[in-house]
Amino acid sequence: MHTSVALLVELGVVLAALSFLGAAARRFGFSPIPLYLLAGLALGPGGVAPVPAAGEFIRTGATIGVVLLLLTLGLEFSVEELSVSLRRHLPSAGVDMVLNAVPGALTGRLLGLDWTGSLALAGITWISSSGIIARLLTDLRRLGNRETPAVLSVLVLEDVATAGFLPLLAVLASGGAWWQAVLGMSLGVAVVVLAFIASRRLRGPLARLLDTADTEQMLLRVLSLTLIVAGVTELLEASAAVGAFLLGLALTGQVADRTRAVIGPLRDLFAAAFFLAVGLSVHPADLVPMLPAALALAAVTGCTKIATGWYAAGRDGAGPQGRLRAGTALITRGEFSLVIASLIGTAGHGSLGPLTAAYVIVLAVAGPVATRLIDRPAAGAATAARARPEQAGGGRG
Amino acid sequence: MDVTEVLLPGVGVRYEFTTSAGDRLGIVTARSGDVDVVAYTADPDVAVPLFRLTRDEADTVADILGALRIAERFADLTREIPGLGAGQIPVPAGSPFAGRPLGETRARTRTGASIVAIVRNDHVIASPGPGQVMRPGDVLVVIGTHDGIAGVERILRG
Repeated sequence: MHTSVALLVELGVVLAALSFLGAAARRFGFSPIPLYLLAGLALGPGGVAPVPAAGEFIRTGATIGVVLLLLTLGLEFSVEELSVSLRRHLPSAGVDMVLNAVPGALTGRLLGLDWTGSLALAGITWISSSGIIARLLTDLRRLGNRETPAVLSVLVLEDVATAGFLPLLAVLASGGAWWQAVLGMSLGVAVVVLAFIASRRLRGPLARLLDTADTEQMLLRVLSLTLIVAGVTELLEASAAVGAFLLGLALTGQVADRTRAVIGPLRDLFAAAFFLAVGLSVHPADLVPMLPAALALAAVTGCTKIATGWYAAGRDGAGPQGRLRAGTALITRGEFSLVIASLIGTAGHGSLGPLTAAYVIVLAVAGPVATRLIDRPAAGAATAARARPEQAGGGRG
Repeated sequence: MDVTEVLLPGVGVRYEFTTSAGDRLGIVTARSGDVDVVAYTADPDVAVPLFRLTRDEADTVADILGALRIAERFADLTREIPGLGAGQIPVPAGSPFAGRPLGETRARTRTGASIVAIVRNDHVIASPGPGQVMRPGDVLVVIGTHDGIAGVERILRG
């Protein structure tokens, strides 16, 4: 076997750089996604340190990264959580879609994108990053707060909407007609419903097929099944990502827990490859002219997300400060905006990739910063409140 | 006690209740197994974080609290039935049965008292089988007549 020294060394250096960037981001409590994107920009053609040999591997890895991102998204679901979210926050999801998708669609038209490109941009501005936000809420210790279930419900409903949105976009992007797109979307929705029924019915067989005590066996079985399902759905022009998502939905309970555990590290590696590849595919020179549009779009859709969170948290009876916390938490966009942009490809939508990269870099940083800042006064009050019971306890003792 | 269950989609479940002392507590169990314990004070919207436990730490806390419950339940049982007692007997380091299976003591046959649990460090082995090996420092929870409990203690001392 021929060993490519260039590939090994380049890839090693790239991964070392990612590790350094990731550690730096985590140290300050931020998501590494924007840094990975910037790293990709720096490594690509026209960047400061091109890596031609590793680039090929990263691009292949990116395909697997998208599939694994969507699989783990599907794994997060439970029917119970979805039905609770639907019951309480269906209006919030409606507000979320109208307020955040419309600015994206309008911007797309203003920038001269066609209908498909505009629809993609609508999705890009609509879907918040459930991964970054769930982690942020945990890190900021907000899981006990009143507004948190509203925020998480909005995220869950967005993710379900994605399941209908992705097939629609995939068909349109491949040049299909409107009726084919609508058919694709109905098929997507139908398969989601089927997957939910299947997850009840198929729990036994799927568990027997996948669940073994041997971690290596489990990893191989889950990965092979995921790639086959993703490949077949791609063949049916419904996008590999959708197939992986549906498989994730069908896995529930203990199998889902174990799958999350074995697939987690692999997902992190290939997702990093995906974020790098997005950066790689964008020429830094193309990014600069997109900055004003990205910043303006970020400002507008940041405000509309605050309005969304304000409305959703209000439905759960949270006060003004909590409603602001919910709104600012929702600002963050990330992996799914990038997935949508990558789905549509570059053919005829050259400006969409750079615009999305810039937009995600801005909001993946601004979202967490905003929601931290909004909580400053309350954080002081919380410290004071914590001091009191300790004194009372001391008195009793 | 009224426990409210709040679903946190994609994250876990939050349990909330008010203690008899009037404190409003929240326990968040994440999917990962991590547990966040929070309190609600001045602002009902904001939970004040008290402490965060990993899965292992949460298991340990549950065992400690559970051990207390087991001992209490036995105490209740012995109050209800006259003549029946519960005792906690340590396995001394020099015991001939340290490192031996429980069955070899033949404690129940000889004294009529039952060993219902073994407390080891901070966890409880409930209903130990005869094959369960005792270690020095273990504490046996024994149910029986007072003479029977004293008999088990004598056997363990050797």
